[in-house]
Amino acid sequence: MNATTAAPKTPVKDVEKDASMQKQKAMMAAHYDRLTDAPQTGAKVCSTFVPGNLNELIGCFDLLNNLPEVNAIQNGLRRTSGQFVLEAEKIGHSEDVCTYVKSDIGMMAKGNLAPNGRKFPNPDVLLLSYTGCFTFMKWFELLREQYKCETIMLHTPYMGDGKVTPNMLEYMVKQLKEEVIPKLERVSGVKFDIDRLRERLKKSAQAEDDLVYVLKSARNRPSPIDAYFGGIYYIGPIFGAFRGTEDAVEYYKFLRAEIDARLAAGMGPVTPEGDMGKEKYRLVVEGPPNYTNFRQFWKMFYDEGAVVVASSYTKVGGVYDFGFRHDADRPLETLAEYCLGVYTNRNLPMRIDMLTNYLEEYAADGLLINSIKSCNSFSAGQLLMMREVEKRTGKPAAFIESDLVDPRYFSAANIKNRLESYFQMIEQRRAGARSAA
Amino acid sequence: MSQAVMKTFIGIDLGSTTTKSVIMDESSRVIGRGITNSRSNYGTAARVAGEEARVDGRFTLFRRALTESGVLNGHLGEFLAALERSFRVEQFSDQLNDLERTCLGQLKGGRFAALESRLQEALGEAFRRLRDEAPSLYAPGAKRKSDFFRDIAGARFYTHAEAVARETGFPYEVLLNCYDKSIIEVENRPPSGGLNDHFRRALARVLAVDDAIVGQAAGDVRQVIEESLELELEESYLVGTGYGRVTLPFSKEHIRSEILCHGLGAHLMYPRTRTVLDIGGQDTKGIQVDDQGIVTSFQMNDRCAAGCGRYLGYIADEMNMGLHELGPMAMKSERPARINSTCTVFAGAELRDRLSLGEKREDIVAGLHRAIILRAISIISRSGGVTNEFTFTGGVAKNEAAVRELRKVINDNYGDVSININPDSIYTGALGAAEFARRAYEGGATPEARP
Repeated sequence: MNATTAAPKTPVKDVEKDASMQKQKAMMAAHYDRLTDAPQTGAKVCSTFVPGNLNELIGCFDLLNNLPEVNAIQNGLRRTSGQFVLEAEKIGHSEDVCTYVKSDIGMMAKGNLAPNGRKFPNPDVLLLSYTGCFTFMKWFELLREQYKCETIMLHTPYMGDGKVTPNMLEYMVKQLKEEVIPKLERVSGVKFDIDRLRERLKKSAQAEDDLVYVLKSARNRPSPIDAYFGGIYYIGPIFGAFRGTEDAVEYYKFLRAEIDARLAAGMGPVTPEGDMGKEKYRLVVEGPPNYTNFRQFWKMFYDEGAVVVASSYTKVGGVYDFGFRHDADRPLETLAEYCLGVYTNRNLPMRIDMLTNYLEEYAADGLLINSIKSCNSFSAGQLLMMREVEKRTGKPAAFIESDLVDPRYFSAANIKNRLESYFQMIEQRRAGARSAA
Repeated sequence: MSQAVMKTFIGIDLGSTTTKSVIMDESSRVIGRGITNSRSNYGTAARVAGEEARVDGRFTLFRRALTESGVLNGHLGEFLAALERSFRVEQFSDQLNDLERTCLGQLKGGRFAALESRLQEALGEAFRRLRDEAPSLYAPGAKRKSDFFRDIAGARFYTHAEAVARETGFPYEVLLNCYDKSIIEVENRPPSGGLNDHFRRALARVLAVDDAIVGQAAGDVRQVIEESLELELEESYLVGTGYGRVTLPFSKEHIRSEILCHGLGAHLMYPRTRTVLDIGGQDTKGIQVDDQGIVTSFQMNDRCAAGCGRYLGYIADEMNMGLHELGPMAMKSERPARINSTCTVFAGAELRDRLSLGEKREDIVAGLHRAIILRAISIISRSGGVTNEFTFTGGVAKNEAAVRELRKVINDNYGDVSININPDSIYTGALGAAEFARRAYEGGATPEARP
């Protein structure tokens, strides 16, 4: 062996995290422990999805919330989703099926272990409260087949006309009263208490205020946050199992103080590679990230000085930055409005409006779309949206493709090539604008 | 008197199949172009392509100077062609000598030691024959399968070594083994000796046999060439692009995305270009540019190289044909087959299946050409459609059947659009890179020191 090949490789740097990320990690770990302790503690478990989740209501019945998408994301980040996807394909699911579903099915087939290495409890009830994605319905059918447990479906009408009508609200409240609440009472054995729900809704609104403050901090230059990669940490508690709890209120208060400190110090966002250097590009991103190569993906932005100042993905579990807050005075109506308003339940013109608004409000250089191979629900229409946003804002847009948790669909060289081209395109247009001026 | 210096700007496009280089002067005029196979070594490929472009650049300077001096009125083209052939022989001989020395170097000790003297003799004889025939390889009208040293020397070495082995009873495999161990080393080394020495020797050889240039004229030509050689081509700034760009020891300032380079290159060739299609070895790009050649939007194939240049290469391999023979075969088709899949891996199966059903080879091949064009059009439409004028670049633009299909599909979908295809379209990316280099220098950028 010669000297050059024997030389040690540069060690991979440890991931840098700020205090709020550590706190969030501890919260998630505690939640997984609560879930895997359920057989011992006797706690009952409700599986439900992130968009339109009724966490405040679930909490009123002392049910623990288990989110299969979040589990798939955890498996993506931990690099185990690839084997689970293959396992699901072995069972018979085709290559094009949503990879969240396949990761979940594969995980169940491989022992159904939580990130803490212990077995997930079987759910006592499946609560499907958002129907903007039809795959969710099929996914729950598969879970029902597996667990043979009670299934509740709250049908959320799609906002095809771009607005919530009184009929829609009435329809949903009726379902909550006649279907959802009675079944949850039956499964949990806990009587519904509307004042308990009001208490939780108040806490939700408090946390939501602080979250919006944090997201809007990206209007500063430099932005103290990355609203896509970093944003995914920030939405974790409120989109997951913590909305309506004291834990979430505390976390967002803590996060807000941390961001205030970064703002005061004129700092950019923290990234796994360390503090962001000079902010060269400000982007709005549409679509979910890739989780199997999350750090590598983020580094491609970090290396080029690109900061995401607003993203639509951080709105899939609730759109708060246009004024909506959970309202304790209208407990059931507010739950319905929340489900109706999540990003993926909005029609294409609404999504275009949101993205256009972000580009302007956050003074971004352009729009980047990460289109997800196995998620038609998110991806359909994205090119049209892109053209329209380009037309309205005059800012350049670009399109990359990857997948949520299937590592086979992440081609690093290809994505890097497009990203670099895009950043250089922005640079070139700036130079063109300068010389024209 | 200090030596005259000309500022030059280099663009290098490191493609998956070939590496291209363009040299440009301060007024954006192209002086030289060079191309080589990318090998597995981009560093070498960049160096070789760069040197080829410099050689080509010298010929441009000779042409300019000779035209200006008027010494070779009416005879200029012929003279330059002869000079180039002669120069190629010089370079080839030089590399042959290097190859022979390297082969002999293999003999020192080790496994060949026992055979040393006999092997030395056999090798010597094979190389003597190779050298003897070298001028004929570059004679006017001689056909070479490739211009790359490895291809020419390799094929001829096998022939001669086999004959020598037969005649002397020396094992052929040992000769081959010796060659195989040496060729990569030689290929990755630029020809020794200065380029200028090669030009001077080549010139002497031409003048010695050219009856049309004698006496005073010969002296004048010699002086003009000598003055051109005196001009130093300063590498003022370099920009790299293409898939291999990240492997080069350049800083970010010296690298541009190939999408931007293709957009700008197409704009320089055809300033009215608004849409560019590039079909390369492993990617297809649809690019929209504005009236300054600035990219406004682009799309590429994702993850999978279906329907790119490699697809045709694979089909050619499957059919045991040369890549350049596919287009002419498809042109013979009257009823192209309908083929939808552009999956390179499935193409072989599709091909055999259709042959077994009795479909004609030319119809199948024509169908395959149509399939890749349809895929390219889908990428273009995603990038924003086709706006007049339309420029088609990349290796596939050289394929007449692909071009025919493209014209048809563009016309059907976008009506009457001017379609530009430049004979030098393979250099589009390198051209854009060279212009970026020129602009960077003009804007005050200073080149970094490179190893």
